[in-house]
Amino acid sequence: MLELQNISFHADDKDILKDINLKIDDKFVAITGPNGSGKSTLLKIIMGIITPTSGKILFDGQDITDLAVNERANLGISFAFQQPVRFKGLKVKDLLGIAAGEGVDVTKDCKYLSAVGLCAKDYLNREINDTLSGGEMKRIEIAMAAARGGKLSLFDEPEAGIDLWSFQSLIKVFENLRRVTNGNIMIISHQERILEIADKIIYLKDGVVDRYDESAKIMSDLNMGRYGCGCAYSRKEGACNG
Amino acid sequence: MDDLEKRMLKEVAELDSLPVGAFNIRSNGASEARNSTANIQIESRESGDGINVYFKDGTKNESCHIPVIISKSGHKECVYNDFFVGENCDVVIVAGCGISNCGGHDSQHDGIHTFHIGKNSKVKYVEKHYGEGTGTGKKFMNPTTVVHLSEGATMDMDTSQIAGINDTYRITKADLGPGASLVMHDKILTNFDQTAKAEIVVELNGDGSSCDIISRGVAKGESQQDVVIDIAGNSACHGHAECDSIIMDKGVIVATPKLKATCVDASLIHEAAIGKIAGEQIIKLMTLGLSEQEAEQKIIEGFLR
Repeated sequence: MLELQNISFHADDKDILKDINLKIDDKFVAITGPNGSGKSTLLKIIMGIITPTSGKILFDGQDITDLAVNERANLGISFAFQQPVRFKGLKVKDLLGIAAGEGVDVTKDCKYLSAVGLCAKDYLNREINDTLSGGEMKRIEIAMAAARGGKLSLFDEPEAGIDLWSFQSLIKVFENLRRVTNGNIMIISHQERILEIADKIIYLKDGVVDRYDESAKIMSDLNMGRYGCGCAYSRKEGACNG
Repeated sequence: MDDLEKRMLKEVAELDSLPVGAFNIRSNGASEARNSTANIQIESRESGDGINVYFKDGTKNESCHIPVIISKSGHKECVYNDFFVGENCDVVIVAGCGISNCGGHDSQHDGIHTFHIGKNSKVKYVEKHYGEGTGTGKKFMNPTTVVHLSEGATMDMDTSQIAGINDTYRITKADLGPGASLVMHDKILTNFDQTAKAEIVVELNGDGSSCDIISRGVAKGESQQDVVIDIAGNSACHGHAECDSIIMDKGVIVATPKLKATCVDASLIHEAAIGKIAGEQIIKLMTLGLSEQEAEQKIIEGFLR
């Protein structure tokens, strides 16, 4: 489905990604690793938001390296931002309509919002501006990705900035998304429960793929269940006191 | 009314046919159609240069449409429309002017609207200005809106100039009595070498009065906008102004805030921001499948909604 060939990214005199080679076919793949390991950069390169310094990206066999963001979107790739973008004037229903590509459809919009724990009646006419909390923005961002559907949904650390209560329901959202989606999901996460439901985990470290294996194997190696602090990689690096 | 005029009517007043309720449709300097109701009386001014509209006390859930169409190239007019809204009313007033100029002469509409709004009355006012036409003649539009709000009265204004006016000078002046409230959403889009000047002056004279002025502008091409929002707090009042602008191409926008407090209990806030469309907004919409141009258009459409 997705193949990254010799992807490198260099910026500010630093090698952010170094010669990444990956073949991804599994339905649910999690990307994890320490801060600054290049996870978000990798996901943005797949979406076309960042242009790699070198390398090639193949999607369903097609070379998409030189395609613009919207061209990749129209091939079926979607992206949920770690920090969702706010718009003055545009409403939740506007963006859901664009995402679904079929204008406003209250019944479908209701389905997308319900899936992330929001009531359509309260949110469809809300502007996507500063009046929405960070947690609400995250949920709407995920609803947009669900509305978009498509072959490959990319999620950049959806749990970041979400309170614990919201987080519990977020896990359910992804468990559900994993069950119902016909496409593939790639998600950056540090959370044990997200990593557990993944088919495979990519562990990035210092801009290279340190591990790429079945979730169960990586989780077992890292004794994730025993620590249960939700950031085993940080523990492994000696940076977590949790 | 020909097809062109009907289309202009749809553009400025969203009317496909004659509206329900009171109306006065002015076309090329003459009253094309008029209707008064039991509660809303429309009369020509003795000077012949506009209308007086009288709303009886207690008029509720009624509307008054007064659109103006200019389709003759070279037609210039100055029109005075006065509105006398009684006490305890709840009404909607829809104004608006469309100029279609396919000729070589300049067309111009200067509309001076004065509102006298009685105690505890509520008025929703919508005004849309629009220009079109491929002729070399220019389209000028200079609206002046004066609002006198009595005790407990509220006015919700939604004013916009979306396209096609070469030059405009928009003046809004309001004075508010005790407990009165003014909410204003003003939107301007300019392009090419168009210029727009807007002055919004609010006097909060009564205790408990408040205003919320939201001005949004988009300047494309080489167009220029100059917006002044001037709020005077002369009582225990609350005034808020927000002036947000997007510049594109070689557009120029000057936003000038002016706050004056003459009462220690006055609370006045002004926020102003000018900038280009945020790159992350465009990228977000591109991830939803829109091209860069479509994304820009959608962002502006929302911004000026």
